[in-house]
Amino acid sequence: MSFSELMPLLPMITLAVASAIMVLLIAFCRSHNVAGFFSALSLILALFFTLNMNALAPQEVTALFYVDKYAVFYVALILVCSLIVIMLSWLYPGLKSAVQPELFVLIMVATLGASGMVCSKHFVSFFLSLETLSVAAYVLIAYLRVGRAYEAGIKYLVLASVSSAFLLLGIGLVYFELGTLDIGHLSELMARHQGMSLFVTAGLAMILVGVGFKLAVVPFHMWAPDIYQGAPAPVTAFIATVSKGAVFAFALRYLSVATNHEYGKLSLVISLIAIASMFGGNLLALLQRNVKRLLAYSSIAHAGYVLVAFQASGEMALQAVAYYLVVYFLSTLTAFGVITVLSNEQYEAENISQFEGLAWKHPLLAAIFTVAIFSLAGIPLTAGFVGKFYVLSAGIRSELWPLVFSLIASTAVGIYYYLRVVVTMYHLPGREAEASESRLCLSPIGCAVLSVLGLAVLYLGIYPARLMEIISQAMSGLI
Amino acid sequence: MILVWFILIPVIAGILAWVVAKWSHSLTRWISLFAVLAAFVLSVSVWIGSLGLLKDSALNTWLFMFEKAWIPQFGVSFFLAMDGLSLLMVVLTLFLGVIAIGCSWTEIKEKVGFYYFNLLWAVGGIVGVFLALDLFLFYFFWEMMLIPMYFLIAIWGHEHRVYAAIKFFIFTQACSLLLLIAILALYFLNYQKTGIYTFNYLLLLQNPVAGEIAFWLMLGFFIAFAVKLPAFPLHTWLPDAHTEAPTAGSVLLAGILLKTGAYGIFRFVIPLFPLAAVEFAPWASLIGVIGIIYGAVLAFAQTDLKRLVAYTSVSHLGFVLLGAFTFNEWAFQGAIMQMVCHGLSTGGLFFLVGLMYERIHTRDMEEMGGFWKIAPRLSGVGLFFSFASLGLPGLGNFVGEFLILLGSFQKNVPLTAVAALGVVAATIYSLWIVQKAFHGETKPLKLADLSVREMSLAAVMIVTLVWLGVYPQPLFDTTRMVVKSILSLEGLL
Repeated sequence: MSFSELMPLLPMITLAVASAIMVLLIAFCRSHNVAGFFSALSLILALFFTLNMNALAPQEVTALFYVDKYAVFYVALILVCSLIVIMLSWLYPGLKSAVQPELFVLIMVATLGASGMVCSKHFVSFFLSLETLSVAAYVLIAYLRVGRAYEAGIKYLVLASVSSAFLLLGIGLVYFELGTLDIGHLSELMARHQGMSLFVTAGLAMILVGVGFKLAVVPFHMWAPDIYQGAPAPVTAFIATVSKGAVFAFALRYLSVATNHEYGKLSLVISLIAIASMFGGNLLALLQRNVKRLLAYSSIAHAGYVLVAFQASGEMALQAVAYYLVVYFLSTLTAFGVITVLSNEQYEAENISQFEGLAWKHPLLAAIFTVAIFSLAGIPLTAGFVGKFYVLSAGIRSELWPLVFSLIASTAVGIYYYLRVVVTMYHLPGREAEASESRLCLSPIGCAVLSVLGLAVLYLGIYPARLMEIISQAMSGLI
Repeated sequence: MILVWFILIPVIAGILAWVVAKWSHSLTRWISLFAVLAAFVLSVSVWIGSLGLLKDSALNTWLFMFEKAWIPQFGVSFFLAMDGLSLLMVVLTLFLGVIAIGCSWTEIKEKVGFYYFNLLWAVGGIVGVFLALDLFLFYFFWEMMLIPMYFLIAIWGHEHRVYAAIKFFIFTQACSLLLLIAILALYFLNYQKTGIYTFNYLLLLQNPVAGEIAFWLMLGFFIAFAVKLPAFPLHTWLPDAHTEAPTAGSVLLAGILLKTGAYGIFRFVIPLFPLAAVEFAPWASLIGVIGIIYGAVLAFAQTDLKRLVAYTSVSHLGFVLLGAFTFNEWAFQGAIMQMVCHGLSTGGLFFLVGLMYERIHTRDMEEMGGFWKIAPRLSGVGLFFSFASLGLPGLGNFVGEFLILLGSFQKNVPLTAVAALGVVAATIYSLWIVQKAFHGETKPLKLADLSVREMSLAAVMIVTLVWLGVYPQPLFDTTRMVVKSILSLEGLL
């Protein structure tokens, strides 16, 4: 194996080397700014190398990785999201004061795991990437070392380990019956079998449990609200976007492998999970007064929406998933970005009452948050609408009527809690409150970053054609 | 390109108004007024200019068209077009837009910039709904007009504004999603038949959907429009939203937002699914008649003046629904007439209630009385709009209701007879308003009479209503070709 063979993996190699350098750097220079700057720089460098990756695709890299345009697209998406998360972490007041620059290393390691997962075509590389991602995530969640963060970190550690155990056992069972860990070969081997093998069925079901946990879909969603609430806002944004996105990208690529044959009955289970997630997420969110918990439940519902597109067939489904993920990531990052910027050193702006009258105290931030929330609710002019439109098109095209109608009904329910957040922001201050009303002073850099994000959400809602083109090029190779 | 300006003028002016509010509130008001007035004058000049064209052209001519690719992957284009019906609706929208700005002049004192931004964007969105002929674009505007409307109610409304705003939004949004499903299903059916992905209305019109699926798609469209209209079981958002909205919000809601529902039935439900619409017509007419009676009875039971006016809308729009599903020229023309006149008369009543609330801070009719002595001008205007609302001959509403009943009499006599009772009920509640508020015992309230600004706004509406009642011919000329082209569809007669 020569070095040139590894060239397509250059973005990942960059991340790994940069993480190692950063560990050394931090040992000598404990500066929040330097660490933040260096990690952002290395992510930009990695992002630059995806161009190279794109030029070489499609190519098989050892037995473990397969780099095609689909993988390149998702690696690029993950890197962009991580870059935004790094900027948010840099802005996060609770971290600025503590000067704990290791956080940036952990984010980069987790990003490395996520990018690796997207490219993996072998159970070994998949599991290794997943663990790289998860182990970094345990630490990230508990990073602030206060009571709630500890609780969230431990919870995630225990539950994620259990789900990894399920995943491993599932992989083992599939290997026992079929004798391969190469996911690309599974399809042929499964087709050769007559009828359904008990071991393979059980194995696939267990893999589904493991994946379902990572995606936080009902009934594997219990961890999401606590972890979303307990982790620092930028880390929550990371868990909600990068870690989920990687699993989605991996699962979508190989889902057809599992459902093409007699194991198609599994797809019924996925449909049920989708419906349960859409309703469960949206209904439970109705009761929340904590914005981070609310976004956690909303993310459960969004995972359900993506699963609707999963169930649809053809190229349109792939495009719909990709578009929806981009949109959802952007909106979620924007929403958590606003929470980050509004937080101070002791408290996070997570209670809904802290948003009261925000529109009059800081109109720009309120406008950005409104755009993000409207986008999550799927209202036109924002990217969320186009995403939902795409998913619905894919669903209707494959005539998945029960899923489509569940999506509609649960979206209608969801609007209530999204609107409640918006209404709170536009609450007119009473007479007494008016006297004490002061304009908030927030970091101009934070506002600039968030404005760019908010404008991106609007841009993708008004002019989605360009992104659709990119996505359709990236997805065309897969089928 | 002129069509784009109808949307762009309010949208750009809205942003401008918001920006300048930092320095001067009165500049914000003048910019808003000037922009909508300019758009209105433009629309009227287009109307006058094309009146001759509308009168004697061949079937189904579009006055203006504008098309530009938007999302080519999906076959979505930015496709605007205008015929007689949409022209009329645009003129009405911009007219009531001017009125709405006029009646917020002194009412709105807080967050003025954001208020006018929302008002102007709502107007822009509604104009977009009337002009869009690409179904995706139509849905886009259909939703876009909701957001500013929602803010108008939720921020500047009365006591229960948050509840009303959220209810309004959820009702319309949930049913709009049904519309979205129907649009997408139509889109894919068309693709299966022709191999072209398109949302273009004119292309979709060439390949009508047949069979049972057409009925379900029609129902999807119908329900979305019926919520806006509002038709009987889906109307419950309306009294809350109308009552809690600021005056301009109520004027816009009653005056034009409800008309988007009726417009949708004329533009999409009937032409796209003529056979299914005929099949469904008895039920739709029945829903319309139930709405007429139910709205009138509930209106009579209210003590909150604004709520009363809101329920009369349910009654009046029931006539429109009845007319739209009667499929003959009288009823169609009557329904369109009723749409315009209801916009003016109910808009006028809401305007008046808003004025009274601004002065005496109550909408409770029990606390009103004897206004005629203290404020004769206000009471006179009130009397006029009440009469318009009850359908007094010589005013526009009479022409509309009369034509609808005339048309439906030829289709279904018993249903028409019941619907005619609605006119009687309208007389009762309208006179009830006059009796309660303007006559009777004089209550010790301080009530200033109308100012010059308010009087001139009222005068414009009064003159228009009288004009429509005495000489409605220009209106009929404007929409005749549209009506004829709908009626010439296969299977409608």
